[in-house]
Amino acid sequence: MEYLTTIGLEVHVQLRTASKMFCSCPHRYGAPPNSQTCPVCLGYPGVLPVPNRQAIEWTMLTGLMLGCRIARYSKFDRKSYFYPDMPKNYQISQYDLPLCEGGYVEVDLENGDTKKVGITRIHLEEDVAKSTHHSTTSAIDFNRAGTPLMEIVTEPDIAGPEEAYAFLTSLKQILTFGGVSDCNMEQGNIRCDANISIRPVGQDGLGVKTEIKNMNTFSGAQRALAYEVERQKEILNSGGRIEQETRRWDDVSGTTELMRSKEDAHDYRYFPDPDLMPMVVDEAWISRLTAEMPELPRTRKARFERQYGISPYDAGVLTADPELALFYEAAAAGSADAKAAANLVSNLLLHALAEAGMEIGSSPVRPEHITSLVNLVAEGTISSQIAKDVFAVVFETGRGPEEIVRERGLVQVQDTDQIRTWVRSVIEENPGPAADFRAGREKAIGRLVGAVMKASRGKANPQLVNEVLREELTRGGV
Amino acid sequence: MRDVSTAIRGGELSCREAVEALLERIERFDGRINAYLDTTAEAALARADAMDRGARGEGRLWGVPIGIKDVIAVEGAPCRCGSRMLDRFLSPYDGTVVRKLKDAGSIPMGRLNMDEFAMGSTNENSGFGPVCNPWDPAYVSGGSSGGSAAAVASGMAYGALGSDTGGSIRQPASLCGVVGLKPTYGRVSRFGLVAYASSLDQIGPITRDVTDAALLFDVICGHDPQDATSLQRQTPATSAGLEGGVKGMRIGLPREYFAAGLDPEVEAAVRRGVETLQGLGAEVEEVSLPHTEYAVATYYILATAEASANLARFDGVRYGHRCSEPEDVTDLYFRSRAEGFGSEVKRRIILGTYVLSSGYYDAYYLRAQKARTLIRRDFEKAFERVDLLAAAVSPTPAYALGACVDDPLQMYLGDILTVPMNLAGNCGISVPCGLTAGGLPIGLQLMGPPFAEAELLRAARAFEAETPWHRKQPDMAVLEQRSAEGA
Repeated sequence: MEYLTTIGLEVHVQLRTASKMFCSCPHRYGAPPNSQTCPVCLGYPGVLPVPNRQAIEWTMLTGLMLGCRIARYSKFDRKSYFYPDMPKNYQISQYDLPLCEGGYVEVDLENGDTKKVGITRIHLEEDVAKSTHHSTTSAIDFNRAGTPLMEIVTEPDIAGPEEAYAFLTSLKQILTFGGVSDCNMEQGNIRCDANISIRPVGQDGLGVKTEIKNMNTFSGAQRALAYEVERQKEILNSGGRIEQETRRWDDVSGTTELMRSKEDAHDYRYFPDPDLMPMVVDEAWISRLTAEMPELPRTRKARFERQYGISPYDAGVLTADPELALFYEAAAAGSADAKAAANLVSNLLLHALAEAGMEIGSSPVRPEHITSLVNLVAEGTISSQIAKDVFAVVFETGRGPEEIVRERGLVQVQDTDQIRTWVRSVIEENPGPAADFRAGREKAIGRLVGAVMKASRGKANPQLVNEVLREELTRGGV
Repeated sequence: MRDVSTAIRGGELSCREAVEALLERIERFDGRINAYLDTTAEAALARADAMDRGARGEGRLWGVPIGIKDVIAVEGAPCRCGSRMLDRFLSPYDGTVVRKLKDAGSIPMGRLNMDEFAMGSTNENSGFGPVCNPWDPAYVSGGSSGGSAAAVASGMAYGALGSDTGGSIRQPASLCGVVGLKPTYGRVSRFGLVAYASSLDQIGPITRDVTDAALLFDVICGHDPQDATSLQRQTPATSAGLEGGVKGMRIGLPREYFAAGLDPEVEAAVRRGVETLQGLGAEVEEVSLPHTEYAVATYYILATAEASANLARFDGVRYGHRCSEPEDVTDLYFRSRAEGFGSEVKRRIILGTYVLSSGYYDAYYLRAQKARTLIRRDFEKAFERVDLLAAAVSPTPAYALGACVDDPLQMYLGDILTVPMNLAGNCGISVPCGLTAGGLPIGLQLMGPPFAEAELLRAARAFEAETPWHRKQPDMAVLEQRSAEGA
């Protein structure tokens, strides 16, 4: 039987604020266990939470980037359940009045279409501590407890695991562009849970859903959802019924396992947190955030294609990361050829950075280096072949291309007499290809050009080499 | 309190002597009263010595020891909240009021007994034994700040801090014959006050007289960035206009507060008190707070709901009581909490959990929130006509020890005259206004709208200046004699 899949996601995103949600502790990843704690985030008797204004703003900014309505009146609620990773045994979260509602994320599908995945709501809460379980004991690291955590809930609009992956990728790009989260999956900055159901084609109502937790990477999420689709199909195909339950994804075994059934569902006993005043958002605040809103990845990609005349592929690569996009724009600004600049960045630079295990932020090659490389080629000072070598030296040393070209005598040879000398000796040394060309095999000139370039150690102007070669070969034939 | 301050300033008394004088009295009398869970003598003497060695500061409470209710955090001191749950717990930080006391040169001293986690009106819910009334140790001190009131009444503290969630400052002050001020919600920082019901809790002074209460309030009040419910609004010191009198002040008598159940002796003393104010030039009229009858139910729903979450952190994981050899984390939770909490605390946690549960939330919590709004509006309307309200604090004088232990509902009903004001967030004060035939104190309650502490204290001071009650003290010699006989 054919089935349709329906998926809704809950994405948890840690905000990259300097301090925690309700106290002034930092929340740097990888610090020694329990070194970033205070009586407030440890839930000591008598402490009070004070909300982080930046976290509230960034949640609102995210809402604006996703086209949400920003609540004019919002509040924090307490969500109660006992677990050792929660210092107060309640989590400060938002229940019925989240900061943002509505909105969507545009997702590119494999068939080239674009789909809008609806956003139900975005609310702000505090992250819990991290527990690790050993053979007879468990340990808790409260460094993470109290980190500002944004929960983004989608509509059940996602039609399959691949679409879920594409959605997460687009969402991550927006959040990174907005500068609200580092979205580093290894550090747990972005994590997701899913509600998933399948139903036979032709059936109107949705099938019974299961909730999948513990998906820590996007590819893990895609695999978990694909596994769950198959699991549900097998049950239905063998005449069984899907139980509404929560299942945990195990990335190692590649399976989901039962965590709790519907009967064991928590009663969280939400009520407004009396320690925190309701948040009242005025128009001025929203206008200011709207004005500060960065250009979204999709808008920027379209602009790059239009403004710089680059391919959709290159535009996609260059806008995948906001820092890279900024880098490219700075490089293209003074370049005589924006397309050449795009090539240098998306091919040479990204490749070199990947090889060296570096990020664009720490690139030894600066945007102005790209600009001058492009311009050196455009002016004919160096060949594009030489440009590659110069690039490697810039990457190695961080020095400017002009300086390197001057110092190493890499300036392109435009002198026809010098070129003619190389050409003549090449023809002499390669009688075969020369004869071939004279016999009308046009292609044979390629090998001769290559040999001249080699003889000039790449410095000869290829255009001139070509011209002089033809002259010499033709004349020799007379 | 200010006499001690003056003596220290004048060089007649050292800080150490001020502390030692208290320690002596505690040594003599507290065996019978049980006001102190811990005197924190070592820390107090160390601070006193350091102050005696240094230059005399300008602080308004320079060298004056102030007793601290066990629910307020002092760095390095026990903070057990009257509970076995926090038996060996030491607070790692100072609450904001404690910091302010220290800034004013005061010496925070002792941990004053209280009903466990501030839940109770008799102090019999303490995990460390009840506090006895210094006027007659067979009677309760009132609660939950019973230790603070009894310590001040018996001269074992010059002044003290208490906390008031549903009357826990005013009621024991009334029952022990001292002054207790419950400030407007948000005037005094709650940072460092172990929460019972966060939307109702407020720290305030318990003192011998109104002038001391004003002084102590002026020291501890003010906006605190560490408390998001702390109010920004600044008001002038209440001490300044304290002697301004009540001429022309309009005082309302809420009809519902003089209803059946009010002890005749209490009613008579309160009405005489109101006549005194009238004699001083106040205009008195009857007003109505029609939703008063819903206040106790509303209070016990909202306070317990908040408490059920506030007290969830006491789980044996990070601090406090932990059961021995738990089988797993669930067992750890169940047994640690079962062993650590007393029965009244458990009762309120269960009640609060119930009213927030899915399916009951709307019927209880939500309706109680609406009732709270109606109760607040009652006060707002009344305060359009009058400046202050006057009534009794407790419908009866102190109960005999043990009288209410098995009847929590009776005890809850005793809160009827104090809880409405907490629900409304107003300010109120209890001042001594008489003694029963049996020699137990009676308090007069004055209530004001938000931010009216200055008017409230001015009226209380005018009353006090005209009456002898605040100068009356329990006969500690008799107490000592009885204590000796008992031993």
